[in-house]
Amino acid sequence: METMLFHLFAGVAVILSLAMIMAKKPVTSAVCLVGVMFALAALFALLNAHLIAALQILVYAGAIMVLFMFVIMLLNLREKEGLAARHLILAQITGAGLLGALLIPFMMQATLEKGPLSAIAPDRFGTTAAVGELLYTEYLLPFEIASALLLAALVGAVALVKIRMR
Amino acid sequence: MITLNHYLVLAAILFVVGLTGVLTRRNLIVVMMSIELMLNAVNLTFIAFARYFNDMTGHVFVFMVMAVAAAEAAVGLAVVLALFRNRETVDADEVRVMKG
Repeated sequence: METMLFHLFAGVAVILSLAMIMAKKPVTSAVCLVGVMFALAALFALLNAHLIAALQILVYAGAIMVLFMFVIMLLNLREKEGLAARHLILAQITGAGLLGALLIPFMMQATLEKGPLSAIAPDRFGTTAAVGELLYTEYLLPFEIASALLLAALVGAVALVKIRMR
Repeated sequence: MITLNHYLVLAAILFVVGLTGVLTRRNLIVVMMSIELMLNAVNLTFIAFARYFNDMTGHVFVFMVMAVAAAEAAVGLAVVLALFRNRETVDADEVRVMKG
């Protein structure tokens, strides 16, 4: 069952991500990326990361992608490029080369069977309570810094867009 | 039986697809979406290792990556908007003011 679900969602993620970088219109790209986010959320759930799976859908598929959609609709571009012809060869070469480079370590191991995951995750693994406890005790400082970063980004984004309106 | 390596290979593939998008597309919005895809691939690696070592630190790190991605998307899209207002384009090849 787990194997089947993994292959299903992995396939969906790879196909949709390829569709994303090859789509002609930015809107198509955005919709494909939302699909990838959902597939990844499912994979996170398979890995017992319940909180992260929920956050993936809420923050990525919800907030960030809506932001992208908003800007795409706002700009209303006449689309003139796709993956233009002279870029297609380049894209194939880059893609193949990079993938080769990244997969070499796996080739050397010559098997996918290494690194078995323990069949049952420990109790409370990946639940909101457990991750929250870590966030508010051991990682309190990074958590606070993240909030400062978000505030800075908020102010920065408003300032960037507003100055042009004078 | 799904192992850690399955997840790592999947993450590598997604990362490369994202990187290819960044290197070959010229529409800045699509480039930013490809960057989001790369961040997601890294998140998958973190979660897979967290499960492998039964250590939830990876979850905390993914949480931080999400916060940074949200900040990056907000500021990046603001830059794209400002750029579009000034130059009527979001084509990375047509923005070369800083080129010497």
